[in-house]
Amino acid sequence: MAVRVQQEDFDVGVESRTLQGPAVGAIALFVGTVRSLRGDDSITAMTLEHYPGMTETEISRIEDEARSRWPLLEVRVVHRVGRLLAGEQIVMVAVSSAHRQAAFDAAQYIMDFLKTDAPFWKAEERGDQVDWVEARQSDSDAHAKWQLK
Amino acid sequence: MSGAMINVLYFAWMREHTGTASEQITLPDGAKTVGDLLPLLMSQSAGHALALKNMAAVRVAVNRNYGDLKTVVAAGDEIAFFPPVTGG
Repeated sequence: MAVRVQQEDFDVGVESRTLQGPAVGAIALFVGTVRSLRGDDSITAMTLEHYPGMTETEISRIEDEARSRWPLLEVRVVHRVGRLLAGEQIVMVAVSSAHRQAAFDAAQYIMDFLKTDAPFWKAEERGDQVDWVEARQSDSDAHAKWQLK
Repeated sequence: MSGAMINVLYFAWMREHTGTASEQITLPDGAKTVGDLLPLLMSQSAGHALALKNMAAVRVAVNRNYGDLKTVVAAGDEIAFFPPVTGG
């Protein structure tokens, strides 16, 4: 299983090289980071929690579904938990395939389903205030569009 | 007769409202589904009642798989309640 949930940061270069192989012609790699700008607000940090056990199960299920749609070689998902400062890396989804279209599409698919199905929750810090982030309709829409394809 | 136990988990703001991340409860007599557990869970505290008041805003997992209020529960199950997810 190529899913890791961890507090520590990850190195995109190192992760990318682990996806290399003789049949690989394309690696698509997405990194999500802690955005500090939220409209007029400034986010200083966020804390992520998750459901150990279920998280890995859900992401593996999403990976299996992606593999049933595209001819993928390697898939890596790394998701951080704990307190992360603005600008830090949160998540990486990396996919290798023989050709670019499968790698691009599968990376997006995995990310879209991770957003709506993987049991993580974010609490944002604005000064002294800490608020749980609400789920976004745009994420549900991104998920739903794959049902049509 | 010794009661059949289940383990109930809460995450994010539901954990804060209930004041607990997990609790062991005795499966109520006649309870067959997640929905059947709600009256007992909501009676645990005012915070539980608040957390579980609007189940449209809550997701359910049974043994680490997504379910809903109709999902069947049995002794030894792990039932989790949490808000819509916000990872990534």
